[in-house]
Amino acid sequence: MASTLIKNAHLVDPSQGIDGKASLLIENGKIADIHLGGDAITAPDGSQIIDAKGNYVFPGLVDARVHTGEPGSEHRETIASASAAAASGGVTSFIMMPDTNPIIDEVSLVDYVRRAARDNALVNVYPSAAVTKGFEGKELTEFGLLQEAGAVMLTDGHNSFKNPLTLRRALTYARDFGLVISAETQDQDLAANGVMNEGLTATHLGLSGIPREAEIIALERDLRIAALSKGNYHAAKLSTSTSAEAIARYKDDDLNITAGVSINSLTLNENDIGRYRTFLRLSPPLRTEDDRLSMIEALKNGTLDIIVSSHDPHDVDTKRHPFAEAASGAVGMETLLAAALRLHHNDQVPLSRIIEALSTKPAKIFGLDAGTLKKGAKADLCIVDIDAPWVCREAELKSRSKNTPFEGELFSGKVLQTLVEGNTIHTEKA
Amino acid sequence: MTKAIDTINYTHVFGHRHLLGIAELSPHDIEYLLERADKAVSVSRQVEKKKMVLRGRTQINLFFEPSTRTQASFELAGKRLGADVMNMSVASSSVKKGETLVDTAITLNAMQPDLLVVRHHSAGAAELLAQKLVGCSVINAGDGAHEHPTQALLDALTIKRNKGRVARLTVAICGDVLHSRVARSNIILLNALGARVRLIAPSTLLPIGVERLGVEVFNSMEEGLKDCDVVMMLRVQRERMTGALIPSAREYFRFYGLDSERLKYAKEDAIVMHPGPMNRGVEISSEVADGPQSVIEEQVEMGVALRMAVIETLIETNDRLDNEKKHKEEQK
Repeated sequence: MASTLIKNAHLVDPSQGIDGKASLLIENGKIADIHLGGDAITAPDGSQIIDAKGNYVFPGLVDARVHTGEPGSEHRETIASASAAAASGGVTSFIMMPDTNPIIDEVSLVDYVRRAARDNALVNVYPSAAVTKGFEGKELTEFGLLQEAGAVMLTDGHNSFKNPLTLRRALTYARDFGLVISAETQDQDLAANGVMNEGLTATHLGLSGIPREAEIIALERDLRIAALSKGNYHAAKLSTSTSAEAIARYKDDDLNITAGVSINSLTLNENDIGRYRTFLRLSPPLRTEDDRLSMIEALKNGTLDIIVSSHDPHDVDTKRHPFAEAASGAVGMETLLAAALRLHHNDQVPLSRIIEALSTKPAKIFGLDAGTLKKGAKADLCIVDIDAPWVCREAELKSRSKNTPFEGELFSGKVLQTLVEGNTIHTEKA
Repeated sequence: MTKAIDTINYTHVFGHRHLLGIAELSPHDIEYLLERADKAVSVSRQVEKKKMVLRGRTQINLFFEPSTRTQASFELAGKRLGADVMNMSVASSSVKKGETLVDTAITLNAMQPDLLVVRHHSAGAAELLAQKLVGCSVINAGDGAHEHPTQALLDALTIKRNKGRVARLTVAICGDVLHSRVARSNIILLNALGARVRLIAPSTLLPIGVERLGVEVFNSMEEGLKDCDVVMMLRVQRERMTGALIPSAREYFRFYGLDSERLKYAKEDAIVMHPGPMNRGVEISSEVADGPQSVIEEQVEMGVALRMAVIETLIETNDRLDNEKKHKEEQK
């Protein structure tokens, strides 16, 4: 088996506390050796040499919230096209959401996703499964059997829990298997037919709003149930400063409560909707600039554990509508890292914390064999020029759906090369 | 006063008019009942099974929940002691017509029963009847998810006859502890007799605070069964397995069902028990239920003997306490 040497790299690996010059030797798809400092390791004869030329090497990103269209809506995204998008964004592992058609709530469907991923995907695709049958919020799915089939996380997709008893039982039962329940938190009755953040901007646009309380009430209720059941609860996508405060209050040594934030809530606000840009219709909705800044602060201090792309491909059939009639969601895996690097370039969040939130921490929360470049770990990594400027053009996206909220935006930071188990699966055109 | 059938040398004096739960019994009370029951086993094995010690006494079996086996066991026990046994089941009773439990008690009082065996779907129902009935002993044959004392006693008798003792044995109680009165009574009894009690169940089927009842809690059969002397399975109601507390019967069997592979984790000579009726293929596989380690059939036999001992003891005690009371009043 051939070996590969990556030399002249700047390695940032939060799992080992490394942030400095390094070279890495990969053998049999695993990290065989790491050498810190300027001098390279002597590679065995015949090794492939990759000269990183001083660019950064990160453990491959782990995206814990990716929607695809397979099975059921393959015109929006297949597992293969999602994995190509992932590869070009430096994402080497992602958790696939179960909100397909049919919903992934059966052992055989988890098995299907695993097989499809094994045969067609460039990156590691981990299936998640529904918490309740048909997302109906009533009957629990077969957590134990689903886990044995390969499901790594339980979630009812875009549906928040309505019935606290169901959530209590789900968290209690999932605890026995060490499974995490990841939930979106938006009270549907209060959000009603809202399409964006409630406030003056919505009023100007004549659109109905979703009050911040819709998220806060659902979250606070969920957190109390999580504390009661001592289950593993993950608030998937938070968007308000009050939500971050609630998480901070509940983060206790005894409670397994974690939280995530969508890259969109960290880098965009309600004003970006402009003149009814439907690609910025998102769930949770883009909030105010104050909320965005408090999300960044909460990410920096660790209250928010992870960043997700919330990659949600939609085609013209669901997006080319008036704002209020368009589906919510945006693609995001290809812009995830570049957008997150804005927080580094703006001196808002240290680079190592960003990489931790994009890789090490999600792998840890969901128990994935990823997020680290320790000796012996799988050689899943990306090589990144964190200063390279580029403009986001939808035509260049690998995703089948082009609904990016960053069309025409300038980014600094480009993935040059992505490796999965030592094999290069993506190389940026020079 | 009814004469004791056997010449009993016990120095222990049983002091309860009713048997409402194991919680009210001392370890001596429990040992006393078990020893008496052990003697009663031989009566049931004779050709002539009938004794007439309770001739002229009336036993009413009042079952608000259907239960073929428990009711039959109590009926047989009473009849073997010579009592007149009457069965009242809810389907044919006036309770369906809206009568309250207390009204039922008043009606029963008028019939002058000596013993009432009651099963009810609500915890505390047997106790309420015991308070309202005059001069009649009450046996709790199961009240809601509270207690089922004769089941725990017959389980202990079965264990004792197979293992020679209860103390220091490791007993695993597996399954739906949350809804199980059998589990509650057994936890108290086994602890009282010095056994080490383990519970094995998914967390959704465990009551809150159960770990403070003097048990070790496990969520894995493989871990929990390790080195067990006794494996006690509980029945899981089918309605619990439609996604509310347990996703499905097949998932339950996969993780909590007892099959021969899993039984290997327990001691080689471990015995397997089940209060019945069994859900084969859900909590227990047929090869185990019918296998050499199973004592499930023996439990049924012990049930009759144990209930004979309990019935006799309670009626004796009731008579004795009544006489003592009368005696005291005469002295005044």
